[in-house]
Amino acid sequence: MISILETAFDPWQSIASYQQNMHKDGEYGACATFVGTMRDFNQGDTVNGMLLEHYPGMTEKHLEKIVVAAQNQWQLLDTLIIHRVGELLPNDPIVLVATWSVHRKDAFEACRFIMEDLKSKAPFWKKECVVEADQQAQKNRWVEKNTSGY
Amino acid sequence: MTQSNNKKAMPIKVLYFASLKETFGCSGQQLSSDEVNTVGDVWNVVSAGHTFHQSVLHSVNQEYAELDTPVKAGDEVAFFPPVTGG
Repeated sequence: MISILETAFDPWQSIASYQQNMHKDGEYGACATFVGTMRDFNQGDTVNGMLLEHYPGMTEKHLEKIVVAAQNQWQLLDTLIIHRVGELLPNDPIVLVATWSVHRKDAFEACRFIMEDLKSKAPFWKKECVVEADQQAQKNRWVEKNTSGY
Repeated sequence: MTQSNNKKAMPIKVLYFASLKETFGCSGQQLSSDEVNTVGDVWNVVSAGHTFHQSVLHSVNQEYAELDTPVKAGDEVAFFPPVTGG
């Protein structure tokens, strides 16, 4: 399942309730998860808030494509992707990727693959509200690029 | 109605996201498909007079595309900066 949310969510609760509704008890031996959370600092500056923009339609399409690519490469029983958009505050969960498989290798590797592809290609953009280290006033700035996770 | 009239009636929908939306001062515009054949043509028309400080990515009908990807009447072409989600 792929879900783009405009309001805050609890990733741990999302995993628990999704898993309960999968009706695959006894089938999966592994669940790998990644949860990305908003920091209150970036590049040495204090971050007070963030606006997450996306490209409605292309975002979902692209995430579906990533999931299909992962399913072609690994034996997966199910996947769950949740990503926030809109206004976020420090400590808010931004993204959840969860993968279920019979053995851990598939779940681990597919979760990483989905997350790295999402970071480098899914059409989301972050705008931070920051107070720079040597300044008093707040300002908004676009995050320029994501760092490679590998 | 002839084919060419049909073509004229259907413009190309151009969209901008994130910092590009701010540079252009709008979230998109419509372009006559008679003027352009590729993504690169669309970019040359819309970007004239603007300065960009970072690389620009492009898509056609919500899929990543190259500058030489053909565009036709009714297509949705988008331009945006490097993505920063997750």
